[in-house]
Amino acid sequence: MPHLRMTGRGLWITALIVPPLAFVALFIVYPIISAFAYAFFDWQGLRRGDFVGLENFHTVLFVEPYRSWTINAFKNNVIVFFALMVLQNGLGFILAYALWRGLPGARFHRIAVFLPVVLSTIIVAYLFKLFLHPLFGVVNISLRGIGMGWLAQPWLGQGNTAIWSLIVAQAWHMVGFPTLVFLAGMQRIPGEILDAVRMETESEWVKITGIVWPLVAPSATIVFTLLFVGAFNWFELPYIMAGLDGSPFGSTDVLGLYFYRTAFGNVSSGQQDFGLGSALAVLIFLFVAVIASVITVRLRAREIQL
Amino acid sequence: MNNRLIRIGTALAAVLIAAPALAQDLTFWSWRQEDRAAYEQFIDTFEAANPGITVKFETFEAANYNTILATALAGGTGPDLMMVRAYGGLENVASAGYLEPLTTETVPALAEFSAASLAAESGRADGTLYAVPFASQTQLVIYNRALFDANGIAEPQTWEELVAASQKLKDAGVIPFANGTATAWQNETVTFGLGSSLMGKDFYDELMAGTTDFTDARFTGALAAVAEVAAQYFPDGFIGLDYPSAQQLFSSGMAGMFIGGSYELATFKTQNPDIELGVFAAPGKTAEDAKLVGLYFDGGYAANAAGANKEASLKFLNYLASKEFGQAFADTLSNISTVPGVTFDNPLLAEVNELNQSSIPYLMLAHFRYGEPSGSVLIQGEMQKLFSGQTTPEAIGTTLTEGLAAWYEPFKK
Repeated sequence: MPHLRMTGRGLWITALIVPPLAFVALFIVYPIISAFAYAFFDWQGLRRGDFVGLENFHTVLFVEPYRSWTINAFKNNVIVFFALMVLQNGLGFILAYALWRGLPGARFHRIAVFLPVVLSTIIVAYLFKLFLHPLFGVVNISLRGIGMGWLAQPWLGQGNTAIWSLIVAQAWHMVGFPTLVFLAGMQRIPGEILDAVRMETESEWVKITGIVWPLVAPSATIVFTLLFVGAFNWFELPYIMAGLDGSPFGSTDVLGLYFYRTAFGNVSSGQQDFGLGSALAVLIFLFVAVIASVITVRLRAREIQL
Repeated sequence: MNNRLIRIGTALAAVLIAAPALAQDLTFWSWRQEDRAAYEQFIDTFEAANPGITVKFETFEAANYNTILATALAGGTGPDLMMVRAYGGLENVASAGYLEPLTTETVPALAEFSAASLAAESGRADGTLYAVPFASQTQLVIYNRALFDANGIAEPQTWEELVAASQKLKDAGVIPFANGTATAWQNETVTFGLGSSLMGKDFYDELMAGTTDFTDARFTGALAAVAEVAAQYFPDGFIGLDYPSAQQLFSSGMAGMFIGGSYELATFKTQNPDIELGVFAAPGKTAEDAKLVGLYFDGGYAANAAGANKEASLKFLNYLASKEFGQAFADTLSNISTVPGVTFDNPLLAEVNELNQSSIPYLMLAHFRYGEPSGSVLIQGEMQKLFSGQTTPEAIGTTLTEGLAAWYEPFKK
């Protein structure tokens, strides 16, 4: 490492690096560390009480009612992750392939597919809330219109349809992102390889499974990891569409909502508990960090260097 | 003797001359952004009567108000005066010792306030009063007068009449009740706005005395009756209908009744200035059963225990507890002031105030939001289950009692 003298260039570089570094330290590193610290204290409202060691962690994991709330929220996050893996990333891959193959109208669709990603979550959530409105929603009206009124549902009011409504809204919103990443990956596949394949087989299936899929592995690593992190930190869409309580009866509750409720309280429970909230935040952070690292390492290993 | 008089006179004169220089600036925090103009008017009145004291009104987002306030108080940058929530929502701020305890010595007018309103602004742990309560809200049934008249319906006196009235509206192609339950807290409103008279005052008293719990047949029976009415007379797919849509259904005249709080009256008038509203307490089984509304208090005005200008703050609190302020509050903000003796020009408010004379507290908010799980969270989720046929009223009674036993002493076995 070259010695950096505190003159001229060195000073200049220091002056440029220190402010952003200080910013990151103050607004990212410090809050994370303090959340870790908060988790080990007892809190009365916002007043810090005694040091309680791992008590808060024990409470959120093993003491009722927190235990069932934690399990329920975590279970929903897992459902969301796997469902989006199929709906968002799976569909994204198929869409990317179709766009890459240059089917008619590909240029238009490339923009159309990505457009929802640009919309703010609030807009998407409200749109879907309107679509799914039990009386005036376009979904129910259309179903009745084509004589399938028996399929019309109060989508956001039933435990078994609410979470899936949110998942579909989320997938619609974000499907453009994996599509774009996969498409970029496909466009990087060298033409010679594709020519060589064409000599061997006409089958699209072989082309996808044998050539395209392995060669877009770096793209897959990115979208899988980001989806994992996104699914377990999911907050905005359920917050807007279902509310802070994970209505109805916790069937759309996810860790993000549950953490927020516990730390900051909500209208229906006056309690604010920074200790339990911080403990939850730490657990979510550790879980996401560890699993995301594992996913990244495992997926990296299967990437092929051309 | 003379000397002393002169000395006192000089001292008084010095104080009088110095007074403007000692002008005291107070900050006053609130979550009522929409009431800013009214509060600035109230403050002008106060400042005119109390030269030397200025009050600055600052508002913050309602949903996060408690967090913002508690953080500021903890950091020592809190306001001199503030609006605080009631019941469990007060507890967070009050239990940390940030608020100045109030007595009838410091704020004499409080002696006349109703016990229930003072209880709402007292800490549960120490029973100390921390704020001057400002408004009460009532959970009842609001109806569209034009639709009632057109269908020849009078305010129902028994549960049967309520059902018959609903059926009449339904037959006429009007949605009887506009309510939806997709928004969690609406379940609690619907349950107690419609069911309080069925539960009855005796049930409430016995529950408070610890001689019964939520498995009581009066409570579960009320839940069953509410669920039955909901299934028959709420909009199609009401379990997926959110709160704003339900409000629109009612204010647009598509529905005849809305189970809600007295705070809805102003909203409906704003949404549809032509709508003619009426209110009634949902009836009990027979006409003899007391018709009860669910009553609760919104919040109060408190002073910072560590404030620099405590004396001036208390002066302002005394003004906020005065009948003059209460009357202005009721007239400008169309709210039920808690100040005793206030009269209401608005006939609807006068009627709500009348109904308040026969009430039980809005149960979960007033008594069961002091621990986790809160009674509100439980009843909201459980009613959503009941409305979608996934539980029974009896099971809800057990779930509530067992759930609350985690922190509510009388339910602990």
